[in-house]
Amino acid sequence: MTDAVIDGRTTPQAGVGREGMLGPYGSRLLHGWYATGGAADLDEHLRRYGPPPFPRTADAADRLVRAVEDAGLTGRGGAAFPTGRKLRTVAAGKGTAVVVANGMESEPASRKDETLLDLAPHLVLDGAALAAAAVGADVAHLCLPRTRRDQARALREAVEERRRPGLDPVPVLVHELPHHYVSSEETSLVRWLNGGDARPLATPPRPFEKGVGRRPTLIDNVETLAHLALIARYGPGWFRGAGRPDAAGTTLVTLSGALRTPGVYEVPMGRPLGEVLDIAGGAAEPLGSVLLGGFFGSWLPAGGALRVPFAKQDLAALGAGPGAGVIVALPARACGLAEAARVLGYLAAQSARQCGPCRLGLPAVAADFADLAWGRPGSESLWRLEDRAGLLAGRGACRHPDGASRFAATALRVFADDVRHHLSFGPCAAAGDEPVLPVPDAPAPDEREWR
Amino acid sequence: MAGTYSLGIDRIACDGYGLCAELLPERIELDEWGYPVVASAPLAGDALRHARRAVAACPALALRLDRATERVPDRQPAQRT
Repeated sequence: MTDAVIDGRTTPQAGVGREGMLGPYGSRLLHGWYATGGAADLDEHLRRYGPPPFPRTADAADRLVRAVEDAGLTGRGGAAFPTGRKLRTVAAGKGTAVVVANGMESEPASRKDETLLDLAPHLVLDGAALAAAAVGADVAHLCLPRTRRDQARALREAVEERRRPGLDPVPVLVHELPHHYVSSEETSLVRWLNGGDARPLATPPRPFEKGVGRRPTLIDNVETLAHLALIARYGPGWFRGAGRPDAAGTTLVTLSGALRTPGVYEVPMGRPLGEVLDIAGGAAEPLGSVLLGGFFGSWLPAGGALRVPFAKQDLAALGAGPGAGVIVALPARACGLAEAARVLGYLAAQSARQCGPCRLGLPAVAADFADLAWGRPGSESLWRLEDRAGLLAGRGACRHPDGASRFAATALRVFADDVRHHLSFGPCAAAGDEPVLPVPDAPAPDEREWR
Repeated sequence: MAGTYSLGIDRIACDGYGLCAELLPERIELDEWGYPVVASAPLAGDALRHARRAVAACPALALRLDRATERVPDRQPAQRT
């Protein structure tokens, strides 16, 4: 549980159903938490939202897909792809579809999926079952990391609790997968569910064409499905009551770093980044930069970034994106190069070791970056690092090298002053400080640890 | 761009033999470890003929021709949570 969610200073707001759906910070998914301060069981969930309105006919299923399209819901797992379009593509695919709810959350700086699954499990399960009904699937899989045993047990109990009254039209299966960085990638889930490793697959075919059991497969982040569960009940107009016309609804964010009350919060899309950080109490000390999107994200200088709206369109202009709602505030005193070098070392160790650029290029980039942070590099090694990082993008089966490339390139740009200082004088005093970014101390996975 | 082709690589299958860069140097270079870096522009005419030869010669069967039309949501970034 995060600080935000146990933050006793927020005023709980009571309310039942759609009338009470805008609590502190415009909360919807976290509404139950603000109302009761605890996790919602099935009784409480049904009292608050009523039963999920499952479509019983093909026409009704189509209306649900249209409602999601009209709501403008986009994926909350990082890609921000229009959810309605994905639903429609899978529904039109050949053969009976499969639904996969992605709750893996391998991003080390993200806690929002874990928090949502703890506090509002039935909203996620509603969403998975509603999505299954919308695309004509006969099963829904919920994928969780093996590291969260207690949560998987709680979710299995929640599924069982729903099975007794016959709430869900399709069986929902809870799975525990290996917890490596690339194991949350959608093709990793498909490969694991098909009996293989939780490692990315080459595409095409994409999972929406041929996924689990070679059937059309809808893979959505658990938060996306929870939003879908509310759109099914209250409609697209209600969903658009928060956010902007081109960035609709609310989104969960994990705010960390040099903030007064870091944690998981729910915010309307389109708020300026600075206002989003204010929800976590604002900066606890002067900020130098912001990492948007976590280890798969982009660095931005704090000054200008704080005025930019948290929305795909606005962030794209800066070469960034909302990602999975991870925002880390780096204090000005920290050494950005040391922070970035640790992350790149982790990304290199966490690669699936399947493609040449990740097996060879990414460790070289990580080593160059470590040399820049803690060694005595010459300017020729900086040029080499820029070349190597640039060459990673677009050259893997999955987007892992693209993410690492963007992370390294934006770090070199945003920490250009640190780069000059390190090249001239060697490591700065802060390079040896305690890390701000939580980089897990995870060794490279053994070949047998992917199954 | 119906009917046009571009080069695609199965990055998992690719073992860095480097034949593609020898047969198609105008489109494919190798990085410092011998893995291909491909120009994404569409292929036509002689370039397409040379590309077919390179595809046929790849020992790992990793090089392929993609129809430039089949790009639905293929390029969305990976989901990352």
